[in-house]
Amino acid sequence: MAEKIATRQAYGDTLVELGRENPDIVVLDADLSKSTMTAGFAKAYPERFFNAGIAEQNLMGMAAGLATTGKVPFASTFAVFAAGRAFEQVRNTICYPKLNVKIAASHAGITVGEDGGSHQSVEDLALMRALPNMTVIAPADAVETAKAVRAAAAHRGPVYIRLSRLATPVIFGADYQFEIGKAVVVREGKDVSLFSTGTMLAAALAAADRLADEGIRAEVVNVATLKPLDARTILASLAKTGCGVTCEEHSIIGGLGSAVAELVVENDPLPLTRVGILDVFGESGKPDELLQRFGLTADDIVIAARRVFQRKVCA
Amino acid sequence: MQLSADERRELTEIAQRARRDILTMITEAGSGHPGGSLSAVEILTLLYFKVMKIDPQRPDWPERDRFVLSKGHAAPALYAVLAERGFFSHVELNGLRQLGSMLQGHPDMKRTPGVEISTGSLGQGFSAAVGMALGARLNGGVSRVYALLGDGELQEGQVWEAAMAAAHYQLDGLTAFVDHNGYQIDGPITEVLSPEPIADKFRAFGWAVFEADGHDFAALTDAVGRALVVAGRPQVIVCRTVKGKGVSFMENQAGWHGKAPNREQLAQALAELA
Repeated sequence: MAEKIATRQAYGDTLVELGRENPDIVVLDADLSKSTMTAGFAKAYPERFFNAGIAEQNLMGMAAGLATTGKVPFASTFAVFAAGRAFEQVRNTICYPKLNVKIAASHAGITVGEDGGSHQSVEDLALMRALPNMTVIAPADAVETAKAVRAAAAHRGPVYIRLSRLATPVIFGADYQFEIGKAVVVREGKDVSLFSTGTMLAAALAAADRLADEGIRAEVVNVATLKPLDARTILASLAKTGCGVTCEEHSIIGGLGSAVAELVVENDPLPLTRVGILDVFGESGKPDELLQRFGLTADDIVIAARRVFQRKVCA
Repeated sequence: MQLSADERRELTEIAQRARRDILTMITEAGSGHPGGSLSAVEILTLLYFKVMKIDPQRPDWPERDRFVLSKGHAAPALYAVLAERGFFSHVELNGLRQLGSMLQGHPDMKRTPGVEISTGSLGQGFSAAVGMALGARLNGGVSRVYALLGDGELQEGQVWEAAMAAAHYQLDGLTAFVDHNGYQIDGPITEVLSPEPIADKFRAFGWAVFEADGHDFAALTDAVGRALVVAGRPQVIVCRTVKGKGVSFMENQAGWHGKAPNREQLAQALAELA
């Protein structure tokens, strides 16, 4: 059984390391540091940690101001507040002037669980993707998260990193190479491409196993960077397989599914289907129950893959 | 802080030129915000010519003081003063709001030398100023941060989030000004959504509060001098100002918040400001 670590945990741990290596790293939170895991940094470097309190708009504004003084701010809260409550601040004070702020938004998607729909962001990737100058990353596991956080710190400009509450399987090894803007073929195949962003990768891989049993060889591509999208890798995969499925713990509107659909329609129209949240809000429940309830399991990906494969074959 | 008679005279002349530039550039552009630009002139002139530690030749000098125009629509006033101070040529003022111009409709830090942060959406600049003050303190506390807010702007909740944070973090390196001209787009602030009592609110939020006539250089200098020696708390100077100050037909008129004068009106205004 693969080890399970929450991506938010990997974020918190990496922040402490970065804090030690780089005196310009500063961290801000909005009264959620025990959940977002910025508490580790806060304990290690209290003079460089600023709690904005329950005031997310000011959180983002302060982060922007700190960036103008040469600091590298990581600003954290839940995804629903980071992308939602403070959207216009992210837009006008961070993205418009292209300031070097890293927004690490935790508790994204429905695996927030029991807190329910008001706290489960199904729309954060759509919102952040639409902002010019924003880099959008949804790492698949703890290993990729650690590397993505480092890459974000080194990148000049606004970055949005999507993290999960739930402990999820560790997929990548320590030697895994992460690069902003590069999608990675995690498993090769020739019958259908499964594109995954964020922690859906484990389900996509499990789906590929099941499809293999039916004689459908699925190629699994981890699209950790939603923006800029790795068009080359995605189109190359589809050129090989001829049909695709996108997988995300996010609305089918505006996230990975939309991004890939945009690309496909403009370059190489072929059967594509989106696995994601079907334009509904979340609700209270256990994370695993919710993944099932909202159609985000390996079985759901298998059904979608079969369907799109059929469309390809019958075309 | 002292202001000599000569200094006061010089500042007054600069302010007069700035007012002429504001009206001219807005007329040229065909749009802009004269009312709230004219009310802010003395505050900006004092800051850029007397108070702030800055160097137009080194706009990125790390130890410089920072100014944030949180009421970003008063950009013409900022641009006029920046030009006077030598951050860029006067010629640029003619290009306000035009395609490709260095001078955007609201301050753009990426395009205009001397602009410390892009603003325009009210309340946001103030938060950024708080962040700058935090950063300045981490960097050794040699830079001060100044911010100018409108009185209508005080209706934005973010302003109070920022005010709370500034006091919580004891940011005595942050000095804010409120351009209290009493009017916003839809009318007097007391009728639209009254933010009064302004001084009391800031006091309640833990700020040191000073009040001054926002068009009197001596009074402003005195207030700034007293603000700068406050320890442990951010300071705000609530400035009683006149929207449209200097132009008889614009004074105290909500209607001149965001309307450009025509050529005739400009000529009349310039005659008054000669």
